[in-house]
Amino acid sequence: MKSLGKYLLFISSLFKNRESFKTYVKLTFEECMLVGINSIVLVGLVSLFIGAVSTLQTAFNLVNPLIPDSVVGLVVRDLTILELAPTITAIIFAGKVGSSIAGNLGTMRITEQIDALEVMGINSASYLVLPKIVGTLIMYPLLVILAGVLAISGGFLAAKFGGVVSTADYFTGLKMDFNQFTVTFALIKSVVFGFLVSSISSYMGFFTKGGALEVGQASTRAVTVSCIAILFSDFILAQLLLVR
Amino acid sequence: MIEVKNLVKSFDDKVVLEDISVTFEKGKTNLIIGASGSGKSVLLKNIVGLFKPDSGDILYDRRDFINAHRDLKTDIRREIGMLFQGGALFDSMTVEQNIKFPLDILTKMPEDEKLDRVNFCLKRVKLENTNKQMPSEISGGMQKRVGIARAIVNSSQYLFCDEPNSGLDPITSIKIDRLLAEITEEYQITTVIVTHDMNSVMEIGEYIMFLSNSHKLWEGNSDEIMHSGVQELDEFVFANKMMRKFRDQ
Repeated sequence: MKSLGKYLLFISSLFKNRESFKTYVKLTFEECMLVGINSIVLVGLVSLFIGAVSTLQTAFNLVNPLIPDSVVGLVVRDLTILELAPTITAIIFAGKVGSSIAGNLGTMRITEQIDALEVMGINSASYLVLPKIVGTLIMYPLLVILAGVLAISGGFLAAKFGGVVSTADYFTGLKMDFNQFTVTFALIKSVVFGFLVSSISSYMGFFTKGGALEVGQASTRAVTVSCIAILFSDFILAQLLLVR
Repeated sequence: MIEVKNLVKSFDDKVVLEDISVTFEKGKTNLIIGASGSGKSVLLKNIVGLFKPDSGDILYDRRDFINAHRDLKTDIRREIGMLFQGGALFDSMTVEQNIKFPLDILTKMPEDEKLDRVNFCLKRVKLENTNKQMPSEISGGMQKRVGIARAIVNSSQYLFCDEPNSGLDPITSIKIDRLLAEITEEYQITTVIVTHDMNSVMEIGEYIMFLSNSHKLWEGNSDEIMHSGVQELDEFVFANKMMRKFRDQ
């Protein structure tokens, strides 16, 4: 509870005594590049293969001849939009970006770079962390959209070259009983997960004490806590928005 | 001028600074000395606002810093320059960007004026033509000088240095000391240096305050320190053979 209170105070401190809007625009743009553009290859690769493997495994499990092959496309679509794209990508994102944010801020803390900002009269939390959170809130939903498109494309490639289901059936399944709210739900999740990963990792890094060992520990803790927060909020959001 | 009045600071149950009162005058190099763990750096961090004291007052030219409104506190902080023990240069920025940083954030100066000011400060610390180098590409002594340039670029009124000579060879240390003393006199700023280096004490100590076991035990200048009559200070000053030989002559 004490950590939660400290975390909430940390988040509220981001909005006090801010620098000029222009400063944040520049920093946020830089963070978008670091957080988003640099994650495209990893997220793309993972999504493509997860989509492909989901297609193969779903087809493998559909042994009942009464179930049409097109169900494979439907399952891959809903699995991707509801869970794989926003949640699995968030776990990967926490590992790559979360650890990087915590390591970066932790190093700045132990080398007194954060103290240097404070002495200059700059709100270091706001200056360093706010652009990271805003950059993540902009880029992570875009990464989720990319992940969704690539996972479904991966499924298509598996269908085409794996021979487990015809491409026509796969496309039929993709269009079958489509509920547009699943996309809205995925985007809501992406915003929540993006905020959790960036803010938790920043918090862990910002309050690092000690030396190089503690920076490593902060990075590990950032990934662990982010993953737990993602899974917990995933359940809460599903309960709140999907269960009638 | 900076006045510290009855400052007390503790961490949990451990009192690190007890009833410290001291005045650091303008245009002088003020030194805080003492053994490791005596509370020197904690005192400095209290003065610049990185720690909040348990009680006591800190006045910057009669302006109350501890109880000041956030805006006044920010204004005072923007008059402060600080050189950290490890330099604390932003490692993702070049030397030029590091020095220009306070101007970018704290002023509305035109870009060419900022660059002129950066080059002036680089020249002042004798580091011309290092603008585009990264902090990792320059030596420890050069990093300290870049740190000094960054601390003075915004025409700071108060300059604080935490162990400016740590990790430097004696020749580079003396150069840094002299540079700090020159800057203090030239710009008539209030400089406070935390050190345990006796060479610095003898070279630039215009006002010296000795901290031991959380208390201020002695104050004076580099001439008086040799004959303080305070046992703890004598043990500190004459800890090495060279100083003992000097005393015995």
